[in-house]
Amino acid sequence: MPTESLPVPVTSPARRPRIAGVGRVLVVIYAILALGAFGRSLVQIIQQFDQAPLAYTLSAVSAFVYIVATVALVARGAVWYRVAWITISFEMVGVLVVGTLSVVAPELFAHASVWSYYGVGYLFIPLVLPVLGMIWLSKNRPVRGEIVADTDGSPAGTASGTPPTTTPDNAQ
Amino acid sequence: MIEWFSYAQIAVAVLAGVFCLVVGFSGRIPNDYTLGATALIEVLLVIQFVVALLAPAFGNDARGDVLEFYVYAVSALLLPAAAVFWALIDRTKWSTVILGVACLAIAVMVFRMNEIWLVQNV
Repeated sequence: MPTESLPVPVTSPARRPRIAGVGRVLVVIYAILALGAFGRSLVQIIQQFDQAPLAYTLSAVSAFVYIVATVALVARGAVWYRVAWITISFEMVGVLVVGTLSVVAPELFAHASVWSYYGVGYLFIPLVLPVLGMIWLSKNRPVRGEIVADTDGSPAGTASGTPPTTTPDNAQ
Repeated sequence: MIEWFSYAQIAVAVLAGVFCLVVGFSGRIPNDYTLGATALIEVLLVIQFVVALLAPAFGNDARGDVLEFYVYAVSALLLPAAAVFWALIDRTKWSTVILGVACLAIAVMVFRMNEIWLVQNV
């Protein structure tokens, strides 16, 4: 029987994934933007870094932040939740500050970065995405403690002979 | 790149993208039609990639930045494949929406590739 051979204590909490429903689409759009920003900054830095060091450094930093934000949205737990807030806030500030600077001081950002002119080169997605991300985060706070396991962990707990509350220790 | 082929590719990607979005928002999990449409986009991208590799040998050189072009081309090849992979694992309607998002992203990327090849540095 498969139920006997499974490493039950490890899988027993039957964890709900952190990202479900429409949030998954958000993650995918973040991933696409991360890919685009990374590819573009790679090209810029390889070929013409000395032409606009500030803009291209920012491109690279923003690419890195988008990658971290994508991971933080997928990963579970309170720490990643905080990382998601920090990175998404950074993006929001970044697109507003760099967008404004590219309008008032174009000589600084004459060369394209993800955030120049509020992300016009990326269909304004960099401007809209942090807002959607923050809405998503505020609606999906991480569940505190291990109480989650009690709701659906009872069959696994009886099968392994241990109460569900001890499963996190057994998993290690 | 061949201009008419690129435009045809963009048109097909937009149609496939809208189709997947509509089917997805109507609540259906990924099926043969939506996965097939995304797979078609991937096939067209592979053809485009081969065309781009061979074109310079026939006197059709990129006017723009070749490195930038291939960063787009390789990224584009990854996207529909990743979306289909996701759709096979995560059997929810949102995976269908994701297929649509990927197809629309491809349309934008092919448009950019076309610009780099035909318009940039003219």
